[in-house]
Amino acid sequence: MFAYYLDLALRSLRRNKVLTALMIVALGLGIGACITTLTVLRLLSGDPLPQKSARLFYAQVDPYTKDGYVAGKTKPQRLMAYADAMNLLHAHQAERQVAIALTNAKVAPLRAGEHPFFSDGVMTTADFFTMFDAPFQYGGGWSAADDESRAQVVVISDFLNDQLFGGASSVGRIIRVNDHDLRIIGVLKHWAPQPRFYTQELGGRSYGDGDAVFLPLQTARAANMDPTNDDCWAVADTSKLETAPCIWLGFWVELSSDAEAAAYRQFLSNYAQQQIALGRFYRPEVALSDLMQWLRNEKVVPDDVRLQAGLAFGFLLICVVNTVGLLLAKCLRRSQEIGVRRALGAMRREIFTQFMVEAGMVGVAGGLLGLAFAEFGLWCIRHQPAEYGGLAHLDIHMFLLTFLVALVSSLVAGLLPAWRASRLAPGSQLKAA
Amino acid sequence: MEIRPILASLRRHRIPAILIVLEIALACAVLCNAVFMIGQRVVDIHRSNAIDEAGIGVITVDGSDPKMASSDIPRNLARLHGIAGVQAVAVSNTVPLSNNNWGWAFGTSPDTTFDAAVNVSAYFLGEGGDKALGLHLLQGRFFNADEYADSKRGSMPLVDTHVIIVTQSLAERMWPGQSALGKVLYSKPLAYTVVGVVADVLRPFVNSQKAWYSTFFPLSPDSALSYYVVRSAPQDRDRVVREAQQALSELDPIAVVKGRSYIDIREKYFANMSSMAWMLVLVCVVMLAVTAFGIVGLTSFWVQQRRRQIGIRRAVGATRGHILSYFRTENFLLSTAGVLIGVMLAFGINLYLMQHYEMNRLPWYYLPGSAAALWLLGQLAVLGPALRAAAVPPVVATRSV
Repeated sequence: MFAYYLDLALRSLRRNKVLTALMIVALGLGIGACITTLTVLRLLSGDPLPQKSARLFYAQVDPYTKDGYVAGKTKPQRLMAYADAMNLLHAHQAERQVAIALTNAKVAPLRAGEHPFFSDGVMTTADFFTMFDAPFQYGGGWSAADDESRAQVVVISDFLNDQLFGGASSVGRIIRVNDHDLRIIGVLKHWAPQPRFYTQELGGRSYGDGDAVFLPLQTARAANMDPTNDDCWAVADTSKLETAPCIWLGFWVELSSDAEAAAYRQFLSNYAQQQIALGRFYRPEVALSDLMQWLRNEKVVPDDVRLQAGLAFGFLLICVVNTVGLLLAKCLRRSQEIGVRRALGAMRREIFTQFMVEAGMVGVAGGLLGLAFAEFGLWCIRHQPAEYGGLAHLDIHMFLLTFLVALVSSLVAGLLPAWRASRLAPGSQLKAA
Repeated sequence: MEIRPILASLRRHRIPAILIVLEIALACAVLCNAVFMIGQRVVDIHRSNAIDEAGIGVITVDGSDPKMASSDIPRNLARLHGIAGVQAVAVSNTVPLSNNNWGWAFGTSPDTTFDAAVNVSAYFLGEGGDKALGLHLLQGRFFNADEYADSKRGSMPLVDTHVIIVTQSLAERMWPGQSALGKVLYSKPLAYTVVGVVADVLRPFVNSQKAWYSTFFPLSPDSALSYYVVRSAPQDRDRVVREAQQALSELDPIAVVKGRSYIDIREKYFANMSSMAWMLVLVCVVMLAVTAFGIVGLTSFWVQQRRRQIGIRRAVGATRGHILSYFRTENFLLSTAGVLIGVMLAFGINLYLMQHYEMNRLPWYYLPGSAAALWLLGQLAVLGPALRAAAVPPVVATRSV
């Protein structure tokens, strides 16, 4: 029976080619726009470390003064001062903890005659690599003792290793960063979590390539490397950021259970109270957000991308209404045919099914076309200047979703016309003919 | 034109009528907001910037030895002056739209608290900075040679001079309706006297309405001054930038030297915004086309269904003009209903967007504007089917089908 409906649907669609083409193109455009924007949205709002994100937390305290402070309303600062980051780091109240700042690292060329270049640098502490599951190709990270002794070591990315050493193991080699010689102790495998969760607020990009060099925080500071972003609450000597009234570090902790998170939150709160007692702090607010919550707080997904997705759905809705209208026009035009089929014994249910099959066929065709439009849309996005541009690809989930959206929207569009068709009284239609 | 028979007929074809109304309403709602967003972006992209954008090239010198700044900078400037076609050269800590923001907050009284102060961007200019950038002085004066020479920074975030030049927008924000000259901007323990007001210059990083809150300070050669602004005639600019980049990287081999024309900097800054605007334009056009074809499809069907009625009307004396205007009036009524619902929807969506995104209120004139656009679209779309209806000969009335 289904094959018969398919045949009927094909005949009917072929009878009015312009109308059919119109429906399919409109539906395809709507679906293409939706899938393109959804792919981008999914890419940008994804979980950068799915296996671990629930255990990673971003900690905030507030060293600012009473200026502009409203108790209960003021949110704690998004960055940490050096003193607080070091106190929390040395307190070891979590399984792992790291302090992070970004920097522009000047890398000297190895061959004479080439120009030095800037690359994205991360100044951080020993737990960074284990905590964020950054995989090593050669060598490994540094230890907490290296942090304290300002060891002249550096970890570099796969792409920097390829560029400088042609991909061979460079462990033990020396590179010159910011005019200081550092010994390479590790080379990462490709590592570029999207979004770049650990760079939020630190003055870096939210998406795109990974960082190129990773240095112990104190080593980098001793080499005059400045954080990309700092914020001071009083006029201060910014060459001594360690003691200046400035915030410039992000602080992450790894906690394995809700109970530990609650305990750490309590610890932060106690810490703030203790600092108030010491006269260093005025504000008691602290915060501890898990990774995904932190990304939501930071509004990491650009507004434009969410607006585009909303717009695409509005557009799809218009296309669906359009399809309803055109399907209705087609089916009412065939009232005589329906009358004949009904008179020959077809039941209402069968007429309904027949029209739904026709709508479904429009949907599948629209989905195929939509897929083409989506591929084209993503191609356009890859050639845009946006930092996430190069990452926009259709994956298998979105591929399947395309057809799901196409079928659902066409079947929804077919409901009304099919219902109307199945309600037609056979007698009057035959009489008119 | 009598509208009662039209309404009666619409009542008998409720579903197609509702569909047309719905489609127009949705199109109107999306169109209003999309056009508004395009408009906002176009305004943003074309923000005024009172520097000589067409004649400026910017060469950044990063990673040079900070201790050598006081001797490097005069040497580099002298070398740049030697390039043919260069009219003016100066150093600066940043340039508008470079994304490298030096932010600070100032108040108008000595006791302004830190959080109550107004956020501004600070430009530190080396000697000749006003000429190199091409600033437009509106009141007062530029810095004199002594002010440039005496101003030091060390490792402090601000310079230790006592003079400042502000933009017109900032002057208006700080001292509404008064002359800013001689007034003082405070940030404990610093205070700066306004000696000049210039036409609006954009900040390095532009957000919302405060795009022009820029301030200028004089500064003697200092490691913060890593932007070399080179001004020439627009036709010489690209060559001058190339030669300047070449010259500076020869002088300072350990530094990373990069030259760009200011036009490029501006274009790059707004690239995302302009591609979003073009995408919105594309969506609007396609959406209007889909809506128009939808109207054409439904109306043609409608016309075909009523061939007999049309024939009868023609037989009893209706002219072609009558039939034509019947369908056009019908479409007008449907469009009106659609536009009314659509405008309400549009304002609803706008309210939602205002709560969740950085978005302004939809201005009232979008209401008549979008109504007119969709009425026009409806009339155009209905014209084809209506002409076909008008062409139905009266003799159809006498046939059985």
